[in-house]
Amino acid sequence: MKIEGLDHILGQHRLFRDLDPDFLRLVAGCAANRVFPPGTRLARHGEPMSHIYLVRAGHVAAEIAAPGRGRLRILTVGPDEVLGLSWLVPPFKWGTDAETVDEVRAVEIDADCLRRKCEADPAIGYAVLKRFMTPIVERLHATRLQMLDVYGPRR
Amino acid sequence: MALAADPAARPGAADPMRPEVARVTRRRPDGPDVVTLWLDWPGWKGSAPGQFNMMGLPGLGEVPISVSGGTGTPGRVMQTIRAVGPVSRALAALEADEALTIRGPYGRPWPVAGRQGKPVLIVAGGLGLAPLRPVIRHFARHRAEHPSVDLVIGARSPADLFFHDEYEDWREAGLSVALTVDHAPPGWPGRVGVVTPLIRTEGPVAAFLCGPEIMMRVSAERLTGHGADAGDIHVSLERNMQCGVGLCGHCQLGPVLLCRDGPVLDWAAARPLMRIEEL
Amino acid sequence: MILPGDGLDALVALLIGEGRAVYGPVARDGAVVLDRIESPGALARGWTIEAGPGRYRAHPGGDAVFDHVIGPTPWKRFLHPPRETLYRMTRTAEGIAVTAPADEATPTPMAFLGVRPCDLAALAALDRAMTGGPHADPRYARRRAATLLIAVNCRVAAETCFCASMGTGPAAEAGYDLVLSELGRGDGTRFLIAAGSPQGAAVMAALPDLRPATDEDAAEARAGSGSAAAAQVRRVKPEGLPPRLRAAAEHPHWDAVAARCLNCTNCTMVCPTCFCTSVEEVSDLAGTGFERRQRWDSCFTTDFSHVHGGSVRPSARSRYRQWLTHKLGTWPEQFGGDLGCTGCGRCIAWCPVGIDLTEELAILTEPAP
Repeated sequence: MKIEGLDHILGQHRLFRDLDPDFLRLVAGCAANRVFPPGTRLARHGEPMSHIYLVRAGHVAAEIAAPGRGRLRILTVGPDEVLGLSWLVPPFKWGTDAETVDEVRAVEIDADCLRRKCEADPAIGYAVLKRFMTPIVERLHATRLQMLDVYGPRR
Repeated sequence: MALAADPAARPGAADPMRPEVARVTRRRPDGPDVVTLWLDWPGWKGSAPGQFNMMGLPGLGEVPISVSGGTGTPGRVMQTIRAVGPVSRALAALEADEALTIRGPYGRPWPVAGRQGKPVLIVAGGLGLAPLRPVIRHFARHRAEHPSVDLVIGARSPADLFFHDEYEDWREAGLSVALTVDHAPPGWPGRVGVVTPLIRTEGPVAAFLCGPEIMMRVSAERLTGHGADAGDIHVSLERNMQCGVGLCGHCQLGPVLLCRDGPVLDWAAARPLMRIEEL
Repeated sequence: MILPGDGLDALVALLIGEGRAVYGPVARDGAVVLDRIESPGALARGWTIEAGPGRYRAHPGGDAVFDHVIGPTPWKRFLHPPRETLYRMTRTAEGIAVTAPADEATPTPMAFLGVRPCDLAALAALDRAMTGGPHADPRYARRRAATLLIAVNCRVAAETCFCASMGTGPAAEAGYDLVLSELGRGDGTRFLIAAGSPQGAAVMAALPDLRPATDEDAAEARAGSGSAAAAQVRRVKPEGLPPRLRAAAEHPHWDAVAARCLNCTNCTMVCPTCFCTSVEEVSDLAGTGFERRQRWDSCFTTDFSHVHGGSVRPSARSRYRQWLTHKLGTWPEQFGGDLGCTGCGRCIAWCPVGIDLTEELAILTEPAP
């Protein structure tokens, strides 16, 4: 897949829809188009977060292993959603494990590369950061709702 | 001075509080605390989707339960009950051939008619799937009249999902069916998380939301944020109901008597009322 | 026409003779209450009252028949009783049998004697709530259809009255079968009487000793109403109350009222338009016979708004707001017509801590500080 094609694919994902074409090209320079079979481990809790995944199709499960309770599935990341929101926050580590549930097609962004470009040009840094705020805030709201355990009486 | 028109003399002005008797023909456990009953009720004439019946047992009392099926089958009705209080627990424990008291249908239904040409979104949270089942079946029958019919079902855990054997029928009818749960054991192939990220519509949509109030609120806000008209979003609310017919005063929500003016309200009407705490 | 002072006895005798159960003001336990009267002598003649926030006293020894204005009993008690059996159920081999109470089909015809104009307006508001919707309460409707209303215009006011500002009194304009205005005192007592319906006219036609009223009689009746209106020290501005109360939903003053309110439910029990009920189950000892009974309930209890998980209105603030807003805000939207408060002032007098709704309303409908 050529880099010229990737900026187009990036621009179709909800995260970067309608982003300035010059910025899209810069981000695409850090990106690769990937397909993962079911059961692929994409992240391990506590390990360096080297990549961000913009899911285009399929689902990734975010999980945490808890002794005595097994693997707890916290969230599923699906089409048009993002896996890897802590890429801009030191120490740049994964907060959960992540494994593909089915075949996943995603744009993989090199986190180091994107950080360097954002540091080098505050204009693109701000534009990218602003785009990431949407999934961050949505995830925060969703987590709150999930915590409330809204479905019926407590058991 | 006497009443202008004697309402007791109006045709059909039977006592709205007096129940009839129905009998359970079949019982199906539908989750840890949910049971679906099929009833043989000679007086049942059918209902519109979203209406409810007052179901009761002598010595225990009555509770409002939404009709989950049988809207078009006189004499036979399907009711899905969650065992949460003394009456609903006893109703949920009824076995085939046991009798109960029942009256209805009451309340304003889901306005499913006249929506041709619009995309349809149905969001069901927890037991909210039960009152929406007639809506889902309506749009499955009328799938061709809509560019899309999306159904999002949220539940606490995979064990809390019910009506599973119908999901495939609905998919075959051309509905998109997405499931998500708050918590899942290992091996669950579906999604984990709340329903809101699965609400993907942009622009005008006819939406039918039923579930916990918080879930309906965030879903409706997301929809209006994405260009849906508040008058096209419908929610079903729950309050204490004793009479079901607008006479006992319990189900007031500001100017609304929910059993009479609801339980289905559009978001334009519901939003200002849901914003006031403890109304 | 003019009914002589002792003509009231003839009126009561006539109504009882028609087979009606006659209800009117009687003195009992230091108060003027409404109850069934078997003879004209049972009326609370000569009693007067004084009322204020949290205060009511009745005094005997006066020379007027109807100057006791207001008492703790609302007329709703006889149309929409505090407790009644809706139906009975029995467990049988076949399942459940549901039967109506035996006395249900034909209620005893009633006559209410001495209905104040504020209470006449309250009955009209209650009629709309109980019979105006898609489902009428058949028990209320049957009793109401069999009830003759004999109003009495007020010529004195209690300190708690505010009917003049609500536009419901102190003179009745419509809604009665017969209306009386008490004229004169002691031996000079007589009543200006007029019919407001064919039923009322028929009763009037059967009364002995009526004589045509003079201009002086009419002027005295007008003067009596005029002084009852002028004597009122409390007032409410009913114009635009629904939107004003809607805007006051988050007013900080609700907390101040809630801090005083005991949630005792007195105001809802004495209110002539509060109609809320709950249904309760009663079983016999054998567990085979059951009744569903309706009883008055009050929005001041937490149970009232219980849904699985808890009460929708757990705070006293939200419960007082529900009551006041329903009476003076949302009633017309729910049932049409006028407000659900008619200015009778009972809730002020029978509030144990003397919460005065006219005072609270004035603060609540002012902009928050």
